[in-house]
Parts: sequence; structure tokens; C-alpha cells
Amino acid sequence: MKLDRFLTGSLLSGGLLLSSYGFAGEQIMVDKAEYEQLKAAVKLLMEESKTSKQAVQDAQQAASEAAASAQAASKEAERVAERGRAAPKKVASTGGRISGNEFNPAISLILDGRYTDIDNSDLELPGFQLGGEAGLPDNGFTTGHNELVISANIDDKFYGALTAAIVYDEGETEFELEEAYIETLGLGHGLTLKGGRFFSGIGYLNSIHDHAHDFADRPLVYDALFGGHLMETGLQARWVAPTDFYLSFGAEVTSGSEFPGGENDNNNGLGFFVKTGGDINESSSWQLGASYYTTDFDVREAGGHSHGHGDDEADNELLDGDVDIAGIDFVYKWAPNGNPKQTNFKFQAEYFVRDEKGHAEFTEGLNSAEADYDGEQEGFYAQAIYQFMPAWRVGVRYDHLEADNRFINFVDNGIDLDEFLEESGLGTVDDPNRTSVMLDYTPSHFSRIRLQYSEFDNGLDDTEDMITLQYIMSLGSHGAHSY
Amino acid sequence: MRIQIIAAALAALLTVSMEAQAKLNVFACEPEWKSLAETLGGEQVKVTSATTAFQDPHHIEARPSLIAKTRRADVLICTGSELEIGWLPLLLRQSGNGSVQEGQPGYFMASEQVSRIEVPQQMDRSMGDIHAGGNPHVHLDPHRLLTIAQAFSARLQALDPDHMDDYQGRLENFEARWLTAIESWEKQAVALKGKKVVVHHKNWSYLLNWLGVEAVADLEPKPGIPPTSSHLVSLLQVTKAEQPEAILVAAYQDDKGARWLADKSGVPLVRLPFTVGGNEDAGDLTSLYENTLSLLLSAVNGS
Repeated sequence: MKLDRFLTGSLLSGGLLLSSYGFAGEQIMVDKAEYEQLKAAVKLLMEESKTSKQAVQDAQQAASEAAASAQAASKEAERVAERGRAAPKKVASTGGRISGNEFNPAISLILDGRYTDIDNSDLELPGFQLGGEAGLPDNGFTTGHNELVISANIDDKFYGALTAAIVYDEGETEFELEEAYIETLGLGHGLTLKGGRFFSGIGYLNSIHDHAHDFADRPLVYDALFGGHLMETGLQARWVAPTDFYLSFGAEVTSGSEFPGGENDNNNGLGFFVKTGGDINESSSWQLGASYYTTDFDVREAGGHSHGHGDDEADNELLDGDVDIAGIDFVYKWAPNGNPKQTNFKFQAEYFVRDEKGHAEFTEGLNSAEADYDGEQEGFYAQAIYQFMPAWRVGVRYDHLEADNRFINFVDNGIDLDEFLEESGLGTVDDPNRTSVMLDYTPSHFSRIRLQYSEFDNGLDDTEDMITLQYIMSLGSHGAHSY
Repeated sequence: MRIQIIAAALAALLTVSMEAQAKLNVFACEPEWKSLAETLGGEQVKVTSATTAFQDPHHIEARPSLIAKTRRADVLICTGSELEIGWLPLLLRQSGNGSVQEGQPGYFMASEQVSRIEVPQQMDRSMGDIHAGGNPHVHLDPHRLLTIAQAFSARLQALDPDHMDDYQGRLENFEARWLTAIESWEKQAVALKGKKVVVHHKNWSYLLNWLGVEAVADLEPKPGIPPTSSHLVSLLQVTKAEQPEAILVAAYQDDKGARWLADKSGVPLVRLPFTVGGNEDAGDLTSLYENTLSLLLSAVNGS
């Protein structure tokens, strides 16, 4: 087919060339003999094209015959095999057909939909300026985080993956790039480099996408300190030590511009993490990690995805900021004889402490207030999940946050301290905490239906109840989940 | 003082890794391949298995300990054909080990050395947990196993040419023993020809094809989907009509469904080791086959 097209193309361009000769007639006189010569040449070319076409058809015929006989051969091989004789090295393929589809990357689509019963879906966590994707679901039916994941080994040296979230929110469809990175495969010596946009390797849950979490919402500490996940654009290096037990180190240099960082000129984000773990016995295993993240920035705009807020022209900024976060994470898993199919148990807990400094400015219309701010905020969650029979799991989680924010040099330009503390989100009241229980049903690897109940006390208002019924379904190839 | 401790720790780390380098580190995904690698590698190899006979090789977790083992491996021997798709790709990516990545000499997939049966004509998730490359559970066909042994020995010889003769010698020894064993097993297996059994998952297909035994029903309604009560009830009728000799369950499988069917139908439940270590008698590949055969034969003779 290609040859065919090529010949037609060359004929056409030959024709064009001829006609351009003709139209340029005033300068270049084409005499009759030359014209005849060209005509003959074209005729010859057309003849050649005909014979080539025939050749192509013949080749196609031969190829399809070969494919058919190969198919027959592979069927025969299978028959031989079924009689119990191993036919060495004969892959049961459908013949020598070359199809570009074989090299398509693994594509998986995760559908997430939910019904939520909630009175107030504005997330407020006094003492914490919110950013990123921190928020609560809307009341009623919503589609959640539908994710498209495309990944493949690029060649023998690189792996690449892209994860995009398709979110429908208040009448608009948003397409958010969560991850788009490449990673080395064969660097050796335990070393792996990653570049692009990715979920930072800090903590345990940070690099795990929401659809693989065990609850319908993220732990509060992730929403409060990282705006959901710490997303980064930059470089990551990981090294696994050649030891009998698992020990790995990671470092990241990133733009540092995503929440809790902000605009800066120097790629100020720096992250470090170390993980270790092992088996206690055949049935149980554990992993322990420690991580640290720091960035500093010129400006950070606070206020995340909070839905349904009034459109007041408020401006809530942190200037000349400096953020440091340290954390530890622990996971323990148990399954009888290490076989999680029937029953299994998982405990996980993470603790983070954030230290941030900066100049806080809150402006509303012509009024404003500002202060130098120095805050120390911490939070943890602990959760346990038990699969009591195949496909059925129950889980419980407790979330807790605590903030200690200090201010000096307060300036009142029409907004007093109380209002500033409330509006900027930096004023502390009581410690927010939340208790959640869930039950989920996972008939196969590809589908899950979950019912969750949470009792949330943000330290400000009355306790709020939330009930969520959620489905998470995965279409297409489904990559392995990390430990 | 502190520096001395750190130095001592580092020295210890180094010794550990040096010692390991003297032998070829083999990472086997399943116990049958561990046993094969030990047989063919002898004292030149140090083999660890990622799973035990009591774990379902489809579903284990990419645990930290396994990442550490993959990191130090010189060669992998796994079933392949997507059996380990839920965890092996992750171990490979997280290990940072260049020599065992796909396409490298240190990457050896046993089922991909031989032809496979039950290659689906069409792929759809509604058909359950099917593998595009065909049924991966090839290790219970002794003829295929021999082909795999030959290919793996060639791989060991390529990776460690200094000990080529040792590997070749062990292979020839194994071939001789194995061929004799096959002959005797096939003689014994005549009694099994044409008999019927009920299976739990298609992990017995190669064994049954070799022995000429027919699987008349599967406890799983679809591959990888656990038995449901309605499916079991329908199996009861099939069992009564077909009169199978046994219900086969692997060491790692839950036998609740099988027990129910056995109680209701009177067909004996036979728990087979499935792989090396699946019961006390199945200590290596040869005894795995011997034990499997004798359990099947006694089930047939008992009824």
C-alpha cells in the first residue's frame, strides 16, 4: 500500500513539475522533442506503477497465505501441546501479522462516582490556610475523581506514565494533570531517576492516587498540610541499598511552587525521604518511613477548591514564606500465611509537623490587615482495615490536627485582629478531628463499592456528619498497586 | 565513637553485599522455580522464592522485603504470561536493578519458553481473570518443565560462564533422571486416563492434559472469581451427572466451597500440593510429581 501511495505521489509531483515548466514558458522554451521525451517518461513511470501494484498485490496475497498457514501451524502446535508434549519455543501467536496495537501503552480509566449526604461542604480548618485540592464533596450526587492513566515502558531505558483527573465541578469539566513523568529502568546499582510532574515520594499515602486509598476522602493531615497531595515538578532520585533488609533513600529537587509552597524564582522545593521495612514472619510485614520537605517562596495565595463560597473580593496571601515539613509514616500488614485473598489486615499511621513563617496579608476591598506570622501545625491519622471475608472489608480511621500560630507586628487597616484571624484561616480555635468508618465490597480487582460514615469536628462549629456511598471502577489494564 | 559505629555498620553492609556476590543471586517468583534453580545451579547459586506454596501467586503484595531481594538479584526466574502482573512489574521498577529488567539476560519467564494452552480468542474482563498469553500454570507438565530446565540452564551458563561445565553437568544429570521419572509416571498414570475431576481454578489444566484426565467443572464461576453459592448449587447437579473421581484444591486455596460440594455430592476432596512445599512430602520437583500422582491414584482407587 505504501509503495502505491509513493508512486502516485511521485507521479503527481512529476506532473506539477511539468506544468510549472509549461507555465514558465516565456523564459524556458520546451521544444516538442523534449515534450515527447517527457511524455514517454511519464508513460513508462505509469507502466512501472502498474507492475509495482501487481507486485504489491502478489505480496499481500502471499502474506495473507503465510499468516493463514502460520495460524494453522500454531493451532497444530496447540493440539500437539494439548497431547502433553512441550513444543519448545513456539509462542502461540496468530501468525506473522505486525500490528501497531501491540505497542499501545497500558491505558486504564478509573471511574469514581458518589452520593454524599453532608450539610456544609465548605471545608474550614481553623489554624490552617487551605490550598491545592483541599475540600469536601458537594451534597448529593457527584462524579468524583475520574482518572485516566496511561503508562508503558518507553524502551529498555525508560518508563513513562501520565495520570490526568477529569473532574466535573459546578457546571464545568476540568482536566487536571496529576502526574506526567519519565523514570529510568535499567540504571542499575539500585538507582532510579524520575523527572517531570509527579506526586512527591514523601510520606506513605502521598504518592498513592486517591482511587487506591481505603477511604472516600483523604486524611485531614494531607488536606491541611499538602492541599491533598504534595505534587511536584522536578527531579527525583531514589536509591535502594544492597542490604538484606529493605532500605531506600530518595531526594527531590522541585519547583516548590505548589501548595504549601508558592511562587518563587529558584526551584526552591527540596524533599528527602528514607524508607525501610521487612517481614516479621510469613504472615506479617511492615514499612517505616521518614520524610522532610522544605521550600520558600515570594507569594502564596491561600484558599483552595472551596466550593460554593461567596464571591467576595478577598485576597489572602502569605509573602516571603518559608515552609518546613517533617513526617514519619508506618504501615503494618498481616495476612494468614501471607495469602491476602481470604482475610487480611492493614494498619497505617502518619504524622507530620509543619513549621511555616511569612508575612500574612488579608485584603478585602479597601480594608486590609497584616502581620508577621510564625506557625507550627501538626497532625496525624491512624487507620485499620480488615478484610473479614473475600471481597468485603471494614475500616476505621481517626484524624487529628493541631495548630499553634503566633503573630507579631499586627497592622489594622480597617480589619481588626479577630476578623483577620478568622478570615485568613490562621486563627486557631479547638483542634479539628474526625472519625470515619467504612465498609467496602470489592467483587473483583476492578470494581469497588464503598459506604462511609464520618463524624467531623473542625473545632469551630458543631460536629458534622457525612455519609458517602461511592463506586470506584477501573477499566482497561490495571497496574499493580504498591505496598 | 559515633564515627566508629557508623564505620562498623558500613563495613558490615559491605561484607554482606560482597558475600552475596560470590554466588549468583536467583530470585524465584514461585517455589517450583526455586527448586528448579537449586537443582540446576547447585552451590553456584543462592535462591530465594518470593512466594510460598500457601500463597496465591496471582495475589501477593510488592512487600519491602521483596524489593530488597529484587535489588540484589542477578537473575529472575518467574512464571510470566501475566501471572505475576500484580506485583512483579512494581518490584522491577522499584528495585533500580538494571540486570533483571525485561529484555535483559537476567529476566527469565518460564512459561514463555514453551507453548501455552487456553489462549483466549477474545479478551474481556467479564470473562474473569484471564491471561492474554494463555494459561501460565505450566509447571505441572513434566515435558514442558524439561524444556524450561534446558532454557534456564542455558541462561545460567550465559550469565556465569566460569561455571558453564558445572551447570551443563547438572542439567544432563537432571534430564536423565527426569526422563526416567516421566516414563514411570506415565506408566502409573494409565489408571487415570479418561477419569473426571472438578477443579478450583484452571491451574491444573497442564497436569490434567498430560494425564488425560478431564475437568468437568470449575468451582470458580469465572477464572479468579471466588465460588458463589448459586454457582456451587449448579455444580452439584453437574457433579451428580458426571460422577467425577475427585475435587482438586491447591494448598494455597480456601477449601470452603470444595468442602461444601464434597459433603453434598460424596465426591472426595483432594488437596494437592500444587507446588514444592505444598505438603510435607512435596519437598522438590520429583517428589511434587510423585506425591501428586499418588494422591490422584488413591482418590481413583478409593472410589
